Amino acid sequence: MCETCGCGDPDVVPVEVRESLLAGNDRTADHNRQHFAAQGVMAINLMGSPGSGKTALLEATAARLDGRQRLAALSGDLATDRDAARLARAGIPSLSITTGSACHLDARLVHEALHELPWQEARWLFIENVGNLVCPAIYDLGQEANVVALSVTEGEDKPLKYPVMFHKADLVVLTKVDLLPHLPGVEIEVIEDALARTMPEPRVIRASAVTGEGIDEWLRWLEGRQADSTAVAASGEVVAGG
Amino acid sequence: MHEYSIVQSLLDRVEAEAAARGATVVHRLRLQIGEMSGVETALLRSAYETFTDRSICAGADLEIVPVAVRWGCPACGTDLPSGSALRCGDCGGPARLTAGDEIVLERIEMEVPDV
Ligand SMILES: Nc1nc2c(ncn2[C@@H]2O[C@H](COP(=O)(O)OP(=O)(O)O)[C@@H](O)[C@H]2O)c(=O)[nH]1
Ligand SMILES: [Mg+2]
Ligand SMILES: [Zn+2]
Ligand SMILES: [Zn+2]
Repeated sequence: MCETCGCGDPDVVPVEVRESLLAGNDRTADHNRQHFAAQGVMAINLMGSPGSGKTALLEATAARLDGRQRLAALSGDLATDRDAARLARAGIPSLSITTGSACHLDARLVHEALHELPWQEARWLFIENVGNLVCPAIYDLGQEANVVALSVTEGEDKPLKYPVMFHKADLVVLTKVDLLPHLPGVEIEVIEDALARTMPEPRVIRASAVTGEGIDEWLRWLEGRQADSTAVAASGEVVAGG
Repeated sequence: MHEYSIVQSLLDRVEAEAAARGATVVHRLRLQIGEMSGVETALLRSAYETFTDRSICAGADLEIVPVAVRWGCPACGTDLPSGSALRCGDCGGPARLTAGDEIVLERIEMEVPDV
């Protein structure tokens, strides 16, 4: 281009990258996953709208277990540590991850928090994500399963409006079902139908933190999920070893 | 607004590629953004404009190629029509997303000084 002197003309070169912009997060998430596997801890990424009943579900879980099983929790909060304080009062060793303006947890935030919380003693580590139906869904944290708390008061169309989150959910806990008698317009079948259109393998538990309905089923689901993941890990070891 | 975090990852990646080649200016970026990726193209653009202002990407064109959602059956390989039930019509197995969740940096065009 510089025809006069021909000195160091820049060239425009194309660089093919073809890599996900989440690759860095995904690598950290895999690292977290290895930590969890090494300790035999099952991590659950609990997502949902603000006020959908995520903290209440964990409180009810701790109350039902009544110390029979060790739990731990991380809770993502924009500004406060109120949820972590509630969970600690419920007997769950907890740590708050203050995200400031970020609307989701990411794998690095979780990794840093793992250095602060004695999660290794727990059997299940619950990660209560920031209340938001969009952003948390795209960041892998290293969890074994994604669970979405969806309350019966949120509107039947939420799964259809936020398909990214619901299509990645392994389980939806339909919360606050004790309120149904007061909600003549809400039909639980309509919510479940919307879920079936966004979840390839719809799995729904109807629950209430107030009456305790569904909490035993939720505990059985957690047990089953852990048994499955342990079985998969064991068969993986056999393959890797052979 | 995780679009800001996405733009931050984009900048980190472009800066690393540019540094590796001694590039000084970036002309153009091409991304693939799936319709089920959870990323809003309009929000991504405005985050890009705000964030890249004083970076190596300042003034660089951002091309965003949308990717349509596709569902398929992992068991038998059948493609499922979009908008249908998320079950395979042939074997009844659960569908999987086969395209449409991309948040991918495809290509960077940058200016590299002649040696
Ligand atoms: N009636 C009823 N209220 C609930 C239930 N679960 C949570 N809540 C109430 O819903 C509000 C939000 O609950 P919280 O657990 O803080 O939601 P989070 O923001 O998702 O953690 C609180 O006022 C709870 O008391 C439930 O099962 N039934
Ligand atoms: Mg909460
Ligand atoms: Zn976000
Ligand atoms: Zn099939």
